[in-house]
Amino acid sequence: MAEAHPVGFQWVVEAKNRGARIFHIDPRFSRTSALAHTHVPMRAGADIAFLGGVINYILTNEKDFREYVVAYTNASMIVSEDFRDTEELDGLFSGYDTETNTYVQASWAYEGMEQHDEPHADTAEPMRHESHGPPVPRDSPRDPTLQHPRCVYQILKRHYARYTPEVVERLCGVPQEKFLEVCAAWTENSGRERTTALVYSVGWTQHSVGVQYIRTGAIIQLLLGNMGRPGGGVLALRGHASIQGSTDIPTLFNLLPGYLPMPHHEKHETFEQWIDAIRHPGQKGYWSKAESYAVSLLKAYFGTAATEDNDWGFDWLPRLTGDHGTYRQALDMIDGKIRGYFLLGQNPAVGSANGRAQRLGMANLEWLVVRDLYMIESATFWKGGPEGPTGEIVPERCRTEVFFMPAASHAEKEGTFTQTQRMLQWREKAVDPPGDARSELWFFYHLGKRVRERLAGSTLPRDQAIRNLTWDYDLIGARGDEPDAADVLKEINGYDLTTGRLLSTFNEMKPDGSTSGGCWIYTGVFKDGVNQAARRKPGREQNWVAPEWGWAWPANRRTLYNRASADPDGNPWSERKRYVWWDNAAGEWTGHDVPDFEKTKPPSYRPPEDATGVAAIAGDDAFIMQGDGKGWLYAPSGLIDGPMPTHYEPAESMVRNPLYGQQSNPTRKVYDRDDNLTNPSPPEKHSEVFPYVFSTSRLTEHHTAGGMSRQLAYLSELQPEMFVEVSPELAAERGLTHLGWAHIVTARAAIEAKVLVTSRLTPLRIEGRTIHQLWLPYHWGSEGLVTGDSANDLIGITLDPNVLIQESKVGTCDIQPGRRPIGKALLAYVEGYRRRAGLFPGHHTPIVTTEDADG
Amino acid sequence: MGNSLYGPLDPAPDAGYENAPPRMGFFTDTSVCIGCKACEVACKEWNAVPDDGFDLLGQSYDNTGGLSANTWRHVAFIEQPSEPVFLGMPGSDLPGRAEDAERTDFRWLMMSNVCKHCTHAGCLDVCPTGALFRTEFGTVVVQEDICNGCGYCVAACPYGVIDRREGDGRAWKCTMCYDRIGDGLTPACAQACPTQSIQYGELDVLRLAATERVEKLRAEGVASARLYGHDEEDGVGGDGAFFLLLDEPEVYGLPPDPVVTTKDLPDMWKRAGLAALTMAGAVVVAFLGRRP
Repeated sequence: MAEAHPVGFQWVVEAKNRGARIFHIDPRFSRTSALAHTHVPMRAGADIAFLGGVINYILTNEKDFREYVVAYTNASMIVSEDFRDTEELDGLFSGYDTETNTYVQASWAYEGMEQHDEPHADTAEPMRHESHGPPVPRDSPRDPTLQHPRCVYQILKRHYARYTPEVVERLCGVPQEKFLEVCAAWTENSGRERTTALVYSVGWTQHSVGVQYIRTGAIIQLLLGNMGRPGGGVLALRGHASIQGSTDIPTLFNLLPGYLPMPHHEKHETFEQWIDAIRHPGQKGYWSKAESYAVSLLKAYFGTAATEDNDWGFDWLPRLTGDHGTYRQALDMIDGKIRGYFLLGQNPAVGSANGRAQRLGMANLEWLVVRDLYMIESATFWKGGPEGPTGEIVPERCRTEVFFMPAASHAEKEGTFTQTQRMLQWREKAVDPPGDARSELWFFYHLGKRVRERLAGSTLPRDQAIRNLTWDYDLIGARGDEPDAADVLKEINGYDLTTGRLLSTFNEMKPDGSTSGGCWIYTGVFKDGVNQAARRKPGREQNWVAPEWGWAWPANRRTLYNRASADPDGNPWSERKRYVWWDNAAGEWTGHDVPDFEKTKPPSYRPPEDATGVAAIAGDDAFIMQGDGKGWLYAPSGLIDGPMPTHYEPAESMVRNPLYGQQSNPTRKVYDRDDNLTNPSPPEKHSEVFPYVFSTSRLTEHHTAGGMSRQLAYLSELQPEMFVEVSPELAAERGLTHLGWAHIVTARAAIEAKVLVTSRLTPLRIEGRTIHQLWLPYHWGSEGLVTGDSANDLIGITLDPNVLIQESKVGTCDIQPGRRPIGKALLAYVEGYRRRAGLFPGHHTPIVTTEDADG
Repeated sequence: MGNSLYGPLDPAPDAGYENAPPRMGFFTDTSVCIGCKACEVACKEWNAVPDDGFDLLGQSYDNTGGLSANTWRHVAFIEQPSEPVFLGMPGSDLPGRAEDAERTDFRWLMMSNVCKHCTHAGCLDVCPTGALFRTEFGTVVVQEDICNGCGYCVAACPYGVIDRREGDGRAWKCTMCYDRIGDGLTPACAQACPTQSIQYGELDVLRLAATERVEKLRAEGVASARLYGHDEEDGVGGDGAFFLLLDEPEVYGLPPDPVVTTKDLPDMWKRAGLAALTMAGAVVVAFLGRRP
């Protein structure tokens, strides 16, 4: 956190000064560890074993916050008798289909609800459920005593029973006493009087089991009563300014603004089917109003052209036909399936996994538009990339026409950033952009205008979506051609179309076409016609929740699910942790924050039998977006890879999974092809060819792929060269010298780096063997003041099946002293490794490795 | 003692300022430094200091090497392996398991160094052109349009801070952002510091805060916490920029007992004068004693 989020880390320092104990659990001793009380080094890729051990500690010692757990989680729900755990099936859950490598999830459901499942045969659209509360009928059988052998609590207990401190030590390399120190601190600092926050970043997400890492953390926080309460929570640090914003109003292929799913060509043929897939008729919760959100979005897109008769223009929306994720696209470019591409503030030639595939893909386009501050590697790959010397890309023959458009930086344009806490903060423009540099808003507005002029007379059905878009914004600025960003934010906020009034809350949205709104969760950001995101009232002039600094979605609520900060009767769990509570006299919810509950629904409210939607939320259903109103310790549906997190080895590991025959996530997304080979892992042979674990991350001094930092002297001088960190022990084993050259090899590439020998890395004892880990920053490429090889060239494309994030935080490699070969010799060198590892053309990595599969 | 070249005093009034504002200073608390180097960058941005070259130094994460004409704030990184260290014996034991160790945790010290703005500044004392001067805030600043590049100040600094720029010849160092503090702004480094490791303010107030901070840390069991450069009785009469350290000053590359190089100047002049007198006397005697 101190490395990549130094500004946010000030609050950790502040908490430390006030007496908080800071633990940093990370393979490498970083600037964060330097300020933590305790650094716990562990093996990269073994986090579920560690966190599963914490769950086991909580359940074995009954350290859970029982009243909270019974009231607000699904601990008491009874699960189908058809369900079989990984503990019985050698690492697979029931329902696994070895043909498609996916699960039929019917057996994971609550008892009596098995028919509600729909199979996830198509992993190409795994994010449909991201925040939707997958379908769960509202009244499932429960056992509040938590004794029923098939209740979630008991299933969880059995599932994690073998994640003992001994197992954690064997798998993660963390001494038992150090592990128990973390367990004790975490549990002692949770409960009625105290709460603990969990902070993570891409060290957790970028794994083939990334989503399950987060799930494990969430289970712990739910068991300890740390959700929906002040000082608690699971905090995802986003990798750049407004990454949160770019999922809310997504740059993702399978979502529309406000987490509405992009319609699928088969499953959502009609508007009705699409809406029902979001709201799940009969289910509890706020998604029941999905039609209002969706119609308002379509009204924002298509204005008066969207009518009830044409389903509000639903047929103008694009349709998903499968996987269009960024990695699939790169491979499709190589295969000649994609002709043109826009790159905006992104540098995949350096910043994305399998850099060679990224560059070869871009070199096979007809045209490529790059908008960035500087001439980055993704604009010059055709003449300056590593494939030049190897002869794989020849400038004279590269067919791609690259259009480079200089972009305005964040200080040169207006708009909002949405940060990790879902808070929108308005930015003023400090200076005009230099020369021809323009904002993204300017670029797309004018591009859209020109495209629409070209299509003005078209009657082709495919052109109607663009012809019918509302494309009308106030133009401001010295040139009079800059769209007003506030105007766009107003469009996002939404209007009452009958009066022209800006909406105050998404509750005002209607399904009859009388309201618009570009992103329902952002409605209220322009409440009362005021740009709420621009508020800057100092903390000392308001309460400690500081509701008048910026604006947080939804409804300016700073902590989600904060109904859980009060007990089932609506009273604060403790004075110390008072946050939101039921005021009996006034008959309403009140508190320091905006209550995340219907204002006047009393804690005692119980819905009538036939209630659905919001009316079906009981007075103690704190998790109002969930289909059953409860926090999920166990996910009866919705996740591709299982209802509970289970330790799987990374896709590349030299360790045989000690817990199950199933080595790695059996549903991980693989692109098994000759330009994306995976290093062998047990039980496959030859894993010893790549005997070390490597991880990559950022340095404080540089920004991701370097486009914003390697061009600046003041940052470049601070970290001027690509390097690799190794422990003194590994240096001795491989003959590496401090500041000397080394090269690192995987099945994809060999790159070179200067060696930093440091005790900040330490060998670990895993399963009785010494495991060495090395670490690489990934900032360098061929352009800029300081250049070097790219760490991402080493990494293959293996993805988490739920969200399609790449496994870039752990892999296996070899390291050797000296520089790598150059030119064609480099290709031959890597080919030699592949041959020794048994990776011949057509090689396929086995997915299922259970005993049954072996036999 | 007994002259304005040594011992406690308030330097601005001593330099002749009437109604001088309170002496301003830096308190750099290294116990909360996260080594982000925002101070280095902010300093260079504000003061238009050139870069220091693109050299991987291998001194942990320090690649600017130290304070120089081109680096006026410098973050030192000191890696302290736990004792006993592994001696090329992989997997001899699990980390944190070693017994008999004084400190079992690896420690990574970070410290943002800067010109000390000494109460008795040797650089200023020796400057023949008046390029170096004492400001009304008690800080020491070089005027680039007066400096003739003689370099006397470089040898005179007990901390090795001030430095001549290659290709330019003139001496450069931290000004405590004289062009900001006069307008009531915070110096660029302190403004940029995310964890308040660099605190700027009235020196008296900072000294009190520092004393409290070091006491708090010690009470929390950080026995190695200590202040450096805060003592008016030290060899430079106390620093305008002082530090909270977590180890001996030498560990950070700081002199343990700095003394202003001009401390003995009055004595030296006295002795030189005495010697001159003696010489003159001898000459006179020699002439007097001449045979007629």
